[in-house]
Amino acid sequence: MKKDEKTTNIFLSGVGGQGAILASNILGEVFIRAGYDVKKAEVHGMAQRGGDVTTHFRYGKKVYSPIIKYGDVDFLLSFELLEALRYINWVKPEGKIVINTQEILPPSVSLGQMQYPQGVPEVFKKHFKGNVHVVDGLGIAKELGNLQAQNVVLVGAFSNFFPKIKESFFIDAIKKLLAPKLHDLNIKAFQAGKKAL
Amino acid sequence: MKEIMQGNAAIARGAWEAGVTVAAAYPGTPSSEILKDVADNYPEIYAEWSPNEMVAVQVASGAAIAGARAMASMKHVGMNVASDALMTLAYTGIKGGLMIVVADDPNVHSSQNEQDSRNWARFGKVPMIEPGDAQECYEFTKAAFDISEKFDTPVLLRTVTRIAHADSLVQTGKRVESKIPLGLDPKLATKYVMVPANVRPRRKAVEERMQKLEAFADKTKLNKMEINSKNIGIIASGAAYMYAKEVFPEYSFLKLGMVWPLPKKMIADFFKKVKKVMVIEELDPFFETEIRAMGHKVFHGKDIIPNMYELSPEIIEKAVKGKSYKAPKVRVKPEDLPRRPPNLCAGCSHRPLFYALKKLGAFVFGDIGCYTLAVAPPISALHTTICMGAGGGQVHGAMKAMGKDALGKMVAVLGDSTFLHSGILPLMNAAYNKGTSTTIVLDNRITGMTGHQEHAGTGFTVRGEVANQVDYREIGKAIGVKDANIRYVDPYNIKETMEIVKEEMNKNEASLILCKDSPCMLLRRAKPLEKFKNPLYVINTDKCRGCKMCLEINCPAISWREGAGQTKDGNKRKGTVYINPDQCVGCEVCVQVCKFDAIEPAKK
Repeated sequence: MKKDEKTTNIFLSGVGGQGAILASNILGEVFIRAGYDVKKAEVHGMAQRGGDVTTHFRYGKKVYSPIIKYGDVDFLLSFELLEALRYINWVKPEGKIVINTQEILPPSVSLGQMQYPQGVPEVFKKHFKGNVHVVDGLGIAKELGNLQAQNVVLVGAFSNFFPKIKESFFIDAIKKLLAPKLHDLNIKAFQAGKKAL
Repeated sequence: MKEIMQGNAAIARGAWEAGVTVAAAYPGTPSSEILKDVADNYPEIYAEWSPNEMVAVQVASGAAIAGARAMASMKHVGMNVASDALMTLAYTGIKGGLMIVVADDPNVHSSQNEQDSRNWARFGKVPMIEPGDAQECYEFTKAAFDISEKFDTPVLLRTVTRIAHADSLVQTGKRVESKIPLGLDPKLATKYVMVPANVRPRRKAVEERMQKLEAFADKTKLNKMEINSKNIGIIASGAAYMYAKEVFPEYSFLKLGMVWPLPKKMIADFFKKVKKVMVIEELDPFFETEIRAMGHKVFHGKDIIPNMYELSPEIIEKAVKGKSYKAPKVRVKPEDLPRRPPNLCAGCSHRPLFYALKKLGAFVFGDIGCYTLAVAPPISALHTTICMGAGGGQVHGAMKAMGKDALGKMVAVLGDSTFLHSGILPLMNAAYNKGTSTTIVLDNRITGMTGHQEHAGTGFTVRGEVANQVDYREIGKAIGVKDANIRYVDPYNIKETMEIVKEEMNKNEASLILCKDSPCMLLRRAKPLEKFKNPLYVINTDKCRGCKMCLEINCPAISWREGAGQTKDGNKRKGTVYINPDQCVGCEVCVQVCKFDAIEPAKK
């Protein structure tokens, strides 16, 4: 198989309500515009009720499986620290990672039965060295005046991993998927995220 | 133009292009988006949420007998409900094309069992096709209507979660209206009236049709042979094909798009062309059993491939490679991390209701919906979940078995949508057969769990038009529950709810309790927050004794903070609780649980 025919694997993880689904939809529009075959899979079910959300996103010349093979993730974009750690084994040794610093406590931690894992970025840095990028998505979104823009901030940060993909594809995707009144805010969020890395 | 579409959306698109004019469904993960997509995007199609899957199939088949192209969609367990219609529709056949979509849920992401719907095709003697991605969802849907009309049969289209909820590129086309004229023919009673004298000839017609379909299976492009390696070949369908193709692109493949009846000649041909043939399929050994029965020697099948849960690329790679499989490095043990199960939303009316039932020590015959989450600790107040409507029948049976001992000790709970789906008959039965059961309808004004679908109790159609709204109290009266035994509760008032539930549980007659003014927290049009006096509550740490009572309601806004301290009046504590102001909606449930008045109103 030629190198450019290889399928690239992106894994997104987060918690229901963080907007990870929109983020993966943006990636979908972007990589289609770049001329790739795209497949992505997510489990909906009860995610709206605060469960974890994962999206398998794959692009390449011809993609078969919508699911990434365990251990084959090239790029991880995590919206939440615990949900980053939960999928650390999925990432290839040379994989690149964006971790958002938000913590959302699961019930067992809220109830005082378990500890929320500490030092998640450090665990990643131990294994992936300089390929780990930690972003305060919520902080950046707060500065922009809308916490909900966190997901697009993170997409902006993540976009740095794909220098060959035109920025205009991301902007077009944001415009296509969001209501017109949200365009300015989210384009700013994308730009701010992009600068954060 | 190529568009990225979810599998479910591609089915809707295919149906529209195929000229479908009637679509009916009952929501169920992972099938719910199909009808929603039809309603939102294709005005040429009449779309409805039916009260259950059986009605959806009845509606679609009526339309088909009138000559229209029609579809019904449902999750795998919905097919059980609809199966009575399906099994005889297989005999009558149709006129316009009829497709029934059945979405399986391997690995039970959001279901009560893991049944393999391919068995319905064999059992019901109807053809079934199974797409492997969104493009195929679109193409196979169009093919389903052609097959249906060509062979005068309902056609089943099976998906699984990873197809229904996966997005990929679809090359779309234009809508073509059906050429079949609309109209009913009274002279066709021998075809459509299934009395024994008519059944017997139709029974024969079914067998003749299956033979024709077998011949068709050998010719259709839905089945594809890809010869690469002469040594190893794989027979697979749908998602399993995609996973196997991903891991072993060098092997030969027989991809079955038509999964019933099977293409016998094609399979025999594949065994001639390839030395060793493996059958890789999710769930049951459906193909394998049939292929072995054809006399072929299967190299590997369920001896190495699991017969439960989902398959995935690594499961297939591991199974096929055996000892030579190299597992990726484990950096962190995921089992050591706190899990993140779904939870009832902050402010949800189910939380205080189940807290009340727990305080009453009731055994709760449950049902299927968001409220099934009440099984999880620390609420732990739901004790059975079998199928839609089961709780109402089971509580009656348990009370009959236990006699007087049962009084005051048990209830059935179910949602509004579930009540209309299959909860009315069990209640009618209890009222008729001198039962003493209590049934609580958790009326949150919407089908909650599957993502807010309308139903006959919401007052709106799938397209948002104002519609008739059933009156649960009148239903209760009409089916024999005495007026005095139909009670309303406000679940947010825990004490009053407990009193009313206790009274009804102790009555020697069937009761119906309706939750009032308790809409789903996510249902904006019902303004669920308006009834709360204060927008937010906070912990007064001068008073909080760290007793953890408020943690028992498992509110996502409330968490424990470790740290020794004391109240203002000197009571020592090991920690205190914290209410997250971003999540608290002011429902006051924790306020009622706190014995020390430590939870106080605040401003957002």
